[in-house]
Amino acid sequence: MELMEETLTRLESHKTQEVMILMEHVNKWYHDFHVLKDIDLTVMAGERIVICGPSGSGKSTLIRCINRLEAHQRGRIVVDGIELTEDVKAIDAIRREVGMVFQHFNLFPHLTVLENCTLAPIWVKKMPKKEAEALALQYLQRVRIADQAHKYPGQLSGGQQQRVAIARALCMKPKIMLFDEPTSALDPEMVKEVLDTMIELAAEGMTMLCVTHEMGFARTVADRVIFMDRGEIVEQAPPEEFFLHPKEERTRRFLGQILHH
Amino acid sequence: MRRWLYDPKIRALAAQILTILAIGLFAGWIVHNTVHNLTVRGIASGFGFLHNPAGFGILQTLIDYRETDTFARVFVIGLLNTLLVAALGIVFATVLGFLVGIGRLAENALIRGLSALYVETFRNVPPLLQIFFWYFAVLRAMPSPRQSHEFLGAFFLNIRGLYVPRPIPAEGFVPTLLALGIALVSAFALSRWARRRQERTGEPFPTGRATLLLLIGLPLAARLIFGAPFTWELPQLQGFNFRGGWVLLPELVALTLALSLYTAAFIAETVRSGIQSVPRGQIEAAIALGLTPRQRLRLIVLPQAMRVIIPPLTSQYLNLTKNSSLGAAIGYPDLVGLFAGTVLNQTGQAIETIAMTMAVYLLISLSISLVMNWYNRRMALVER
Repeated sequence: MELMEETLTRLESHKTQEVMILMEHVNKWYHDFHVLKDIDLTVMAGERIVICGPSGSGKSTLIRCINRLEAHQRGRIVVDGIELTEDVKAIDAIRREVGMVFQHFNLFPHLTVLENCTLAPIWVKKMPKKEAEALALQYLQRVRIADQAHKYPGQLSGGQQQRVAIARALCMKPKIMLFDEPTSALDPEMVKEVLDTMIELAAEGMTMLCVTHEMGFARTVADRVIFMDRGEIVEQAPPEEFFLHPKEERTRRFLGQILHH
Repeated sequence: MRRWLYDPKIRALAAQILTILAIGLFAGWIVHNTVHNLTVRGIASGFGFLHNPAGFGILQTLIDYRETDTFARVFVIGLLNTLLVAALGIVFATVLGFLVGIGRLAENALIRGLSALYVETFRNVPPLLQIFFWYFAVLRAMPSPRQSHEFLGAFFLNIRGLYVPRPIPAEGFVPTLLALGIALVSAFALSRWARRRQERTGEPFPTGRATLLLLIGLPLAARLIFGAPFTWELPQLQGFNFRGGWVLLPELVALTLALSLYTAAFIAETVRSGIQSVPRGQIEAAIALGLTPRQRLRLIVLPQAMRVIIPPLTSQYLNLTKNSSLGAAIGYPDLVGLFAGTVLNQTGQAIETIAMTMAVYLLISLSISLVMNWYNRRMALVER
């Protein structure tokens, strides 16, 4: 609970009036299991959103629908003005705008750190190799790991790997970054280095959706915290309101569980 | 004394000395026994017999052979026949195995089902039975030469084998060969140039199509200018049999078919498990980065699958090579049937022939392992 008393320096908001992601009545089923129930969500450019909720609540599925790692079955998703349909061209265009960081990093083990970062710029954006390498080094510098550029992922610690994964996504110069529990698979002492990198990214005005239970991060960074349970958005509010005056009983119970352990 | 008895170092040393002593005694006994038996039967040991004339005919010889040639030449012929069937089998089994293995993971349910059916059928029937099936049930049941099955007027299948046209070098042979050589070299240079250009400018180049164009276009041009590289000698029915052309013996066809189909089923399973061993997260990361399905397979999945596939693939190649000795059962003149069979019977030099045959299989197997290990090391992942 010490987080609540601490006076955390809040990051200045970069939220604009431009709509970046629009979800209307989005529904999804796995066979007869209803994972997403009528989700309505609008994310503005520059907005930073933290999504939390018990496991199985559909929070990962929600952000995975945004870059079509999962297909929704009913409703509408529009990302940066492009509607997500079966149209392969539209899906490709959206994936180029959206970067993603996974719980288990998912770095390519057969490629060096540098090659992990240059792969998509070279093959997807058709960028010259020299240029892609310069770009990759620049982002690796930013996540403070440029000195490991020629090592393989297996030679790095978890925290280092996750920072490389962030740099790899940034190399595609995305407009939106999705984080799917980026610190859940890390040893406790490595959580901070990854969160610091994400906070820096937030400070630069990146539109971010982050599934996480790091409530300190939510308080520092989020414009809005969303609580999901059983496939529904139960409550959403700015962090101070969300943590101090949650309206719903389910939210209070969940916060009680994760903040009092 | 007691302390020695319980000292682990001394105990280990004593155990080793005793083991070596036991093995030495056993080997000595075998050598003594063999020498004794050979002298009793009046068989001279040694490799001198290799210079004696063989005096029997051979069904299939890849090099010239007459009955007056030596046993040494028979040995080489058997070896070549084994290598021929092993090489053909490895090529066909690999191509088919990869196709079926990828087919087992296809989106299309029909392809998936057929691939599964193929694997379960061919994997679960003993290889000798499959050889018998192709030889006795299919190829021996073919009609006589006069009633041959004919394809395109140039291929004839009958009980004596598959007759195919034989290429004979003609005036265009050298120019076409040269053109092919030039095409190969320039395709290689082109792919290097295309890679450099892509690194420099990011522009991809359709290397695959350009290479295909070069490899087909240049020899074709040479053929048009200088004339045909080959004239084809067609098999022709004369009396009761065909003359001219090449004949693939039913023994060779049956053995190659059976070994390829049998081994391909195992390779398919190896390929499938290799592809499935690549974690789902790898593919998701590649999707999220915007790579196309083909790029995902080529850049992410296959390089990682290969390191799982190669070791069992090596075993399958070794199995196929060794299983080729089953050809003895249908009279295919491979090393075992010919040298460790017929030659052994004729000369009685059991120890020498068996030892030579074993040494050859060992050598072939070790060579395959060596190549595959080298390839495996190149594909291995760097960890820590």
